[in-house]
Amino acid sequence: MNALLGLPLALPLLGAALTIVFRSSSVQRAISFVSLLGALGASIGVLVHLAIEDDIVVSRLGGWPAAVSITLVGDRLSALMLVIAGALLVIVLAFAIGQRAADERSPFYHPAYLVLAAGIGQAFLSGDLFNLFVAFELLLMASYVLLTLEGTDAQVRSGTTYVVLNVVESMVLLTAVGLVFAATGTVSMAELPERLAELPDGVQTGLHLLLLVAFGIKAAVFPLFFWLPDAYPTAPSSVTAVFAGLLTKVGIYCMIRVETLLFPGQGSTLLLWIAGLTMLIGVFGAVSHVEMKRILSFHIVSQIGYMVMGIGIGTELALAATVFYLVHHIPVKASLFLVQGLVERETGSTALDDVGGLARRSGPLAVLFLVPALSLAGLPPFSGFLAKFGLARAGFDAGQHVVVVAALLASLFTLVSMTKIWMAMFWGDPYPDVAEGRVGVLRHHPLMSSTTALVIVGTVAVALVAGPLFDYCTGAAAQLIDPGIYRAAVLGS
Amino acid sequence: MNASLVVVIAVLFGTGTYLLLQRTLTRIVLGVGLLGNGVNVLILATSSRAGDVPLVGRDDTTDSVPQALILTAIVIGFAITAFLLALAWRNWTIDGDDAVEDDVEDRRVAKARQRVVTDVPDHEDVTP
Repeated sequence: MNALLGLPLALPLLGAALTIVFRSSSVQRAISFVSLLGALGASIGVLVHLAIEDDIVVSRLGGWPAAVSITLVGDRLSALMLVIAGALLVIVLAFAIGQRAADERSPFYHPAYLVLAAGIGQAFLSGDLFNLFVAFELLLMASYVLLTLEGTDAQVRSGTTYVVLNVVESMVLLTAVGLVFAATGTVSMAELPERLAELPDGVQTGLHLLLLVAFGIKAAVFPLFFWLPDAYPTAPSSVTAVFAGLLTKVGIYCMIRVETLLFPGQGSTLLLWIAGLTMLIGVFGAVSHVEMKRILSFHIVSQIGYMVMGIGIGTELALAATVFYLVHHIPVKASLFLVQGLVERETGSTALDDVGGLARRSGPLAVLFLVPALSLAGLPPFSGFLAKFGLARAGFDAGQHVVVVAALLASLFTLVSMTKIWMAMFWGDPYPDVAEGRVGVLRHHPLMSSTTALVIVGTVAVALVAGPLFDYCTGAAAQLIDPGIYRAAVLGS
Repeated sequence: MNASLVVVIAVLFGTGTYLLLQRTLTRIVLGVGLLGNGVNVLILATSSRAGDVPLVGRDDTTDSVPQALILTAIVIGFAITAFLLALAWRNWTIDGDDAVEDDVEDRRVAKARQRVVTDVPDHEDVTP
């Protein structure tokens, strides 16, 4: 079991090395699929083990003792994230191949994609802060390449902002890691809770805020979100789907670790304020924009607020709901961007002004949009309703009424902006009128449409198995809320 | 930690931040380099007193972990600088300069706020 833990990191990296050597498109695709499926298989193995055993899997690379080795730690949260991320990476890769876009044919697409997968895997498994930094660099470097692969004017323009912003974020994170090491003499997340607690309050607050700023930029919380709606829309939809689904969620994952493990319960008030503002500002951005990719990008920001809210409330129920929200949010957000890719392929545009009457033109496409859109807005019976219900319940139980009202308000405006997309793009007479040269994206691109449908089936499945899934999430929250469990598993009690 | 290192760190962070705030991409690249080295010096300063050596078996050894961290950070910084330079060059071949542009869509939305527009466009007035 412990050996499996290295695979979600090692296999994609190995695949990336091989795809740099073999430039043939079909060979690259085969290598990508094999390594990603292998990583997914290993993650599922760990997940099944943890679902039955309820412990924490630890792997020390090279067999060094706990204090000096590079440690990979898989608890219930990391295993769940690994499986969702792994599945999404495989499906979106199939979508990208089906899309037949210029960037997938570039010989550097597959190596970058696999390095991204390895970075995401390492971020979820890292047992120390410095390896977390290295994981961030891996996935950021790969994301820079994927975002600017076509080298168009728009990509270079927004890519520049994205790269510089994330470089600054890396610097902040590295400074934080250096200062944490200076203050405590360790970067191991198992040893840190005890040593950080001994520090003076001021030093603790300083380190805490530095880490929060670094992960806050990555997670795109208010007021550090401004780079996201600018950068994401310029990439091809397959790349944006992975970014939207996974990259900000890595930031959220790290925030969960910081708030539960390193500084338990210290940032609650600040986080609740950030959560409320992130939800509302994000959704107002979505309401004000008139281009589908932009609206969806602002929704990412808004949805991040919900997860920060769960972290801020910090009770076991709230953390369980946050983990459930992550599970719901990743496929829903990714599928919306995939649908956006289908719409763009069908009509050539995603500006609300340019497109109309899609529902009459292609009914199935409208259904593909409607299911994740309603789920994102939080309407029953979709997964978004259950996730938001859990968070609202946790908020009321903890007496945090203001932030729950903000969350419900944001939910309402999410529905408003989704209705805006729906009315402009799907209702009315077909426009532009292409009765003659009908594109018919669903028929002509079966791989694109079937993979999109698969992700959407995944979002519905989250709602269908919500009971057992929420039990698992509660188990994950129970592991999170007691740092002693983590410490005992990694260091040996 | 001695005072001169503190001054060096402060100067590197200050100049690096100043350069990062410029519009020209080459200056930003230089800023990233300075800032990165500032962070590296900061980590180095946490390791031990100046002059101690990272060798096992002596009394006045320094902690070698920060130096391993710096080594990794230097390699990463190198890759990022190379990528940023490539980006700057690409920007220059497209635009003829290397200034970072504004977000076009944002400006469009900001302008649209000044006029009276309906949020939901209808297509009835448009002849296809």
